[in-house]
Amino acid sequence: MRKRIMVGLLVALVATTMLFAQGAQERKGPSKTLEIFSWWTAGGEADGLQAMINEFNRQYPDIEIINATVAGGAGTNAKAVLATRMQGGNPPDTFQVHAGHELIDTWVVSGFMEPVTFILKDAGFMDKYPADVIDIISYNGEVYSIPVNIHRSNVMWYSPKLFAQFNLTPPKTIEDFFKVAEVFKANGIPALALGDNEIWAATHLLESVILANVGPDKYRDLWQGKVKWNDPQVRKGLTDYTKMMGYINRDHAALANMDAAGYVAEGKAAMNVMGDWAAGYYYSQGFKQGVDWDWAPAPGTTGSFIMLSDSFGLPKNAPNRDNVIKWLTLCASQAGQDAFNPIKGSIPSRIDGDRSKYDKYLNAAMDDFASNAIVASVAHGAAVSEPWLTRVNDIMSVFTTDLNVDKAIAEFQAAADRYAPKN
Amino acid sequence: MYCAKKDRRLAIIILIPMLSVLFLFVYGFIAWSLRISFTDWNSILPDMTWVGLDNYRMLFSSQRFQTDIRNTLYFTVFFMAICIVGGFFLSYLLYSKLKGESLLRTIYLFPLSLSFVVTGVLWRWIFSPEVGINALFRMMGFKATFGWFTSTHSVAGFNVALIALIIAASWQYMGYTMAMFLAGLRGIPDQLIESAQMDGAGEAAIIWYIILPIIKPITFSAMIVLGHISLKIFDLAYAMTGKGPAFVTDFPGLFMFETTFRGNHYAEGAAISIIMLFLVALVIVPYLYSTLKGDAQ
Repeated sequence: MRKRIMVGLLVALVATTMLFAQGAQERKGPSKTLEIFSWWTAGGEADGLQAMINEFNRQYPDIEIINATVAGGAGTNAKAVLATRMQGGNPPDTFQVHAGHELIDTWVVSGFMEPVTFILKDAGFMDKYPADVIDIISYNGEVYSIPVNIHRSNVMWYSPKLFAQFNLTPPKTIEDFFKVAEVFKANGIPALALGDNEIWAATHLLESVILANVGPDKYRDLWQGKVKWNDPQVRKGLTDYTKMMGYINRDHAALANMDAAGYVAEGKAAMNVMGDWAAGYYYSQGFKQGVDWDWAPAPGTTGSFIMLSDSFGLPKNAPNRDNVIKWLTLCASQAGQDAFNPIKGSIPSRIDGDRSKYDKYLNAAMDDFASNAIVASVAHGAAVSEPWLTRVNDIMSVFTTDLNVDKAIAEFQAAADRYAPKN
Repeated sequence: MYCAKKDRRLAIIILIPMLSVLFLFVYGFIAWSLRISFTDWNSILPDMTWVGLDNYRMLFSSQRFQTDIRNTLYFTVFFMAICIVGGFFLSYLLYSKLKGESLLRTIYLFPLSLSFVVTGVLWRWIFSPEVGINALFRMMGFKATFGWFTSTHSVAGFNVALIALIIAASWQYMGYTMAMFLAGLRGIPDQLIESAQMDGAGEAAIIWYIILPIIKPITFSAMIVLGHISLKIFDLAYAMTGKGPAFVTDFPGLFMFETTFRGNHYAEGAAISIIMLFLVALVIVPYLYSTLKGDAQ
């Protein structure tokens, strides 16, 4: 009797598991869906994405969008989930990824992506993007993702109040920077706010300092492995960086990058080099441009624009390929980008955004984007692959502390030798 | 006899699903990680080329990993020492019929109910160099400039930034060792203590010669539990400090996570996790061995 009960129980157990397995297999879903995978879970970026989704729904009311987000700083968690899904042959229809090498070296070279050049060509959008941008999102002559926005990395935020108080003007060159920094230091004010609790903020500062010393062409070559790290100008950049560390706030290692940007608006520090999402942060905190904060290109980088960009691509075997193409066409269009960017606080990657929709800072950024030399950001995955960037961040973590230029040069060079594109 | 045999067969049948799941998903994947750690799988595409110990060699020559191992060892030693000594002290106070015992017991045990993530966020604020207890000291007129977990000083290889983490972790687990010791102390027969007292033993002598030897097995278990927590530590450091400037608060768990999921170096990540497993095994295996031997006897 007992045996019979036990056998019955076992059969029931096995049957239930099979039932679930059946369910999983049948979950194919109707073809009228589109899954968008991103780490935009909160704030302006989530609202911006929603605005773009609304626009999509207006154009294609019968396609249901599955907004699949994975929370977590800078997308680390999302990237881990994405890697599992891609490797397991279950790609989302489309996913958010930093344009440039983060996409190309991880997913394009390994053959997971379809080129999307035809989308831009079919819609007649090829000439709506600056050539430098097309270059950054391309691999072997094919475009692999549609950039929906552009952020600028080499921006110096400064406190007009503090500069007025000491009769100083915002520095245009590295030399000027050290002159004004000396004045602030003499008065007990940190000249440069840094919040490198997450070390990429230090890498972010370094890329501007290197650019200031080597100029845009050599900067590109450096991250292609064509310029050696012991080049005198590169060395000067690293040396300048170590000198800058003499003017930063004491609690830099405990601060997040936004806290450091906040120090400037609160008048606790004079300058900060951070991407232009800081402007969105200032607006959201009620700080006034021209009063609490203002901006200039990072010292020595006038005429250059370090860009980073979020983009969407087309994975091979995307379950709803036709819908992805519709989505990517929207992402590439003026309507889509002008829906997303004013809310996200970034500028369109196209050159023909509707100026009236953007605030004062973003309009100025659009001017520079249209006229400057555009180079890719290292700290945000556009210029280098993720393994390389991870290594660079590790080197920065020690370099920011021990300020040993020779050791850093050797380590940066070793990283470049290992990770730079081989050709 | 027949019945027992049948029961045994049934037991095995019932255990088989569980065991096979266990072997596949725990031991199978450990073996798989071990295998990966000997390959060249350092990009998104699996590459099963055998490279021997290359990944391990790379790790042990990296400054970050050397710092990690040092951090782990120091952290483990201090964390265990503080929890055990402090936990015993607290439990002895409670055992000595302190007033309000049950209230105190709850208060000390309470931090254990938090997750390490919550603890980490709390103590990050407390030790934040500009706004935390430093600000408190400044209000009292001291010149508080100690950077806590952002300090990059080190003494004999010990990164002083770890102090903040050790305090946070000990704060959370001291109540746990206290509870374990308290259970042990309650198990000591009163007559034993009383007769010692009649023989003229002082309090110190009673603790040293009677209590400590009796609760030795408990100390041992506490060390095992604390040891494997601190050797695998990830969430506390991740939430509280991150890897810190120059890796002063970095641990192999953080390194593994970044190497694997940020840097796509699956083989190196696997190598780190195998080393972590090895460290934990160093603690657990002797314990299991002695327990099994005890059972057999």
